[in-house]
Amino acid sequence: MLRFVLRRLALLVPVLVGLSVLLFAWVRALPGDPARALLGQRATPEGIARVNEVYGFNEPILVQYFAYVKALLSGDFGRSIRTGQPVLESFVEKFPATLELGLTALLLAVVVGVPLGYYAARHQGRFLDTAIVSGSLLGVVTPVFFLAILLKLVFANWLGWLPTSLRQDVRIDATHITNFYVLDGILTREWDAVWDALVHLVLPSVALATIPLAIIVRITRAAVAEVVNEDYVRTAESKGLSSRVVSRRHILRNALLPVVTTIGLQAGLLLSGAVLTETVFSFNGIGQYLFQAIGQRDYPVLQGFILFIALVYALINLLVDVLYGVIDPRVRVS
Amino acid sequence: MRINFSRGRALSTVALASAALVLSGCAESEREGSGGGEGGEGDGTFVFAGSAEPELLDPAFAADGETFRVARQIFEGLVGTEPGTADPAPLLAESWEVSDDGLTYDFTLQTGVKFHDDTDFNAEAVCFNFDRWYNFPESVQSDDFAYYYGKLFRGFAEGEKAGEGIYESCTADGDDKVTIELNKPFAGFIAALSLPALSMQSPSALEEHQDDAASNVNTTAYSTEHPTGTGPFQFDSWERGNQVTLTRFDDYWGEAAKVETVRVVAITDAKARATAVQNGEVDGADLIGPADLQPLEEAGMQIEARAPFTVLYLGMNQKTKPLDDINVRKAIAHAIDKDAVATASLPEGSEIAVNFMPDSVNGWTDDVTKYEYDPDKARQLLQEAGADGATIEFNYPTDVSRPYMPSPADTFNVLRSQLEEVGLKIKPVADVWSPDYLDKVTGSADHGIHLLGWTGDYNDSDNFVGVFFGGETDEWGFKNQELFDKLSEARGIPTVEEQTPLYEEINQDIMDFLPGVPIAHPAPSLAFGPDVEGYVASPVNDEVWNGVTVGD
Repeated sequence: MLRFVLRRLALLVPVLVGLSVLLFAWVRALPGDPARALLGQRATPEGIARVNEVYGFNEPILVQYFAYVKALLSGDFGRSIRTGQPVLESFVEKFPATLELGLTALLLAVVVGVPLGYYAARHQGRFLDTAIVSGSLLGVVTPVFFLAILLKLVFANWLGWLPTSLRQDVRIDATHITNFYVLDGILTREWDAVWDALVHLVLPSVALATIPLAIIVRITRAAVAEVVNEDYVRTAESKGLSSRVVSRRHILRNALLPVVTTIGLQAGLLLSGAVLTETVFSFNGIGQYLFQAIGQRDYPVLQGFILFIALVYALINLLVDVLYGVIDPRVRVS
Repeated sequence: MRINFSRGRALSTVALASAALVLSGCAESEREGSGGGEGGEGDGTFVFAGSAEPELLDPAFAADGETFRVARQIFEGLVGTEPGTADPAPLLAESWEVSDDGLTYDFTLQTGVKFHDDTDFNAEAVCFNFDRWYNFPESVQSDDFAYYYGKLFRGFAEGEKAGEGIYESCTADGDDKVTIELNKPFAGFIAALSLPALSMQSPSALEEHQDDAASNVNTTAYSTEHPTGTGPFQFDSWERGNQVTLTRFDDYWGEAAKVETVRVVAITDAKARATAVQNGEVDGADLIGPADLQPLEEAGMQIEARAPFTVLYLGMNQKTKPLDDINVRKAIAHAIDKDAVATASLPEGSEIAVNFMPDSVNGWTDDVTKYEYDPDKARQLLQEAGADGATIEFNYPTDVSRPYMPSPADTFNVLRSQLEEVGLKIKPVADVWSPDYLDKVTGSADHGIHLLGWTGDYNDSDNFVGVFFGGETDEWGFKNQELFDKLSEARGIPTVEEQTPLYEEINQDIMDFLPGVPIAHPAPSLAFGPDVEGYVASPVNDEVWNGVTVGD
């Protein structure tokens, strides 16, 4: 197992190197000039020329690339053109927000999605099954921004129950240590801050969880429905095992493999879904920051953040592969 | 002739300030029953949402509104503005006198003023700031840092622009008298001193925490943790990605702040800002979209419109045919119903434009050629020019809301139907605002007619027409040496009063030459919760929050 993990990690190195080359070329292939984006409407040709000179954007692209790689090797991911903040620092600062949101959404999708899918599969053709299947179809096709606006309208504007923007009420004056606000509140025992952070997570995580939730329901239902008809399930049942044992050991465990694969894939998609959700709810994570960085053509931020996201994505996939082995020993052997 | 600026201005400032006091006084008497404190002793918090985070906290290196918003609470300049107007008024300088040649400015300073770090504000501190700006190292002279100083004073002690500056010297005479000498007249000098980029900063705090030669001046200790001025609020903390917190400065020389704490947060999305105000998550927010105004008002929120200090225009690129033909440009002007554009796509309080500057700016005149809405005349002009049925590219930006252009797509749609009405064929070209649209419209010749505008930084005519038409640019695609020369001449005239006739003439020339059609002066809107009082909106965004109260 350890060798497997190490080998996978070693394989990551060429992937990341290749990606860094692609990213470097890609951000520069975007139409538009970072100097103009930086100076905005006030840009003059002389001003643009000076900024390009200061940041080295007028150097040949190969010279720029080697300077970038050289800095990268010494652990320097560069600084944002707009704010001057080191890229690594801003990632460490903003990633907890996205992770907190993503994990909450994933938890929601799994905790609600798997039981619903299982229930639907075991009661095929009944009313609730039909309701769950059509409900999940609706979930898949509803655009996130539409759902977000709808949620805000109902729960914030009409009912006034939930906040619509930011991660915490700034009036609370909470202490932030790790930038995981819920965790920070627990660490400092500021329970009102914990509660407030949780309340702020509700709408964005529901909006973000909808599509993964719907997909997980559908995959679970299909997987369970297939396993239920397997010979070994019939055998187990005819041996006289209790239906509970059959459900847990024989059905769910065997059905979980495709479900875990889906969850792993969805976890990656959550990162990209966060861009939209964070922007709509002013949830200050990497999504919103990346969105602004694209408009600013902030090359160092784009390069750095996408590289980090790729790394996170790769690690999630590795974790999924390891989980396969835990769930299904047959995979471990091969 | 020596102009003494002191009395009248100071008196009217007092009058306005007391008017604001009366307003906030009402709120206070209501609160007294519930144990609310007097001004300067309250413990309230004012939470305000802007559209982005400040870029840094040293305004000398900033040009963005969000940085200035925070800086205006912490710092003060020698000159301020009369509340609610764009006119300069005394602030840290009690009064000033200008010599006849416009080269020598004698300032008398407020006494008993202290910076937040207990350093005295005096003539020496003023000279420290002027010397600091003039001696900025080359690394911060580019437009992404010392933009305003470079633009206004045109040069520095060293570097590429050495010797081109108009700043000569600063001489302290005792504690409360200071003389600034320029080597070229600059009529906008006094008005320019109201910009946060030129506000007074604590010499001792700068010496201790700032390094102007740092490889990245955005992230020095001073720029992120120690901004120190004389304003009613002092810096408390900046949690990046979250909030800037300021607290009341108890030794403030002016009217002490009524709230104890101010927090500024960033909510990027205009719709989200409106919802946050309505939901009570923030007490106030800037740049509210026109579509959200009515729902907010119906929900009991307060809407405050800034007096327009903006212009929205339809530019016409003379490098593309048939826009090089004056008759085609006239036809387009006659085809536009500005009232309809304003009703359909601009907030209430916007004014119709006849010049490329709002009427509060020196040189504005009603005596210009106006092109009244007349579709028949437009058709006829197009026919005469042989351009009826011509196809014209119409560029407009998406994904953006500017103070002068809150919803570009709506404005585009109204204009498009008006232009098609007179027989032009419109080819819409939409681009994302930054940097694609700006690149295309201001950095290349590849555009036809386009929507753009401007928000004035301070009350100066050159800051409008000089910015637009001061030289040959890709945006307009014309070369009109006579106009360029006149603008350059006007800039060199020592006083605002003497500039007036020339700027009036320039505005007339511009409207005859018709490089574009000024459409309106949109009024940017702010929204506040029902219990916020004492916020005075300013056309040039010079809004200081010491008068603000938030009752419960």
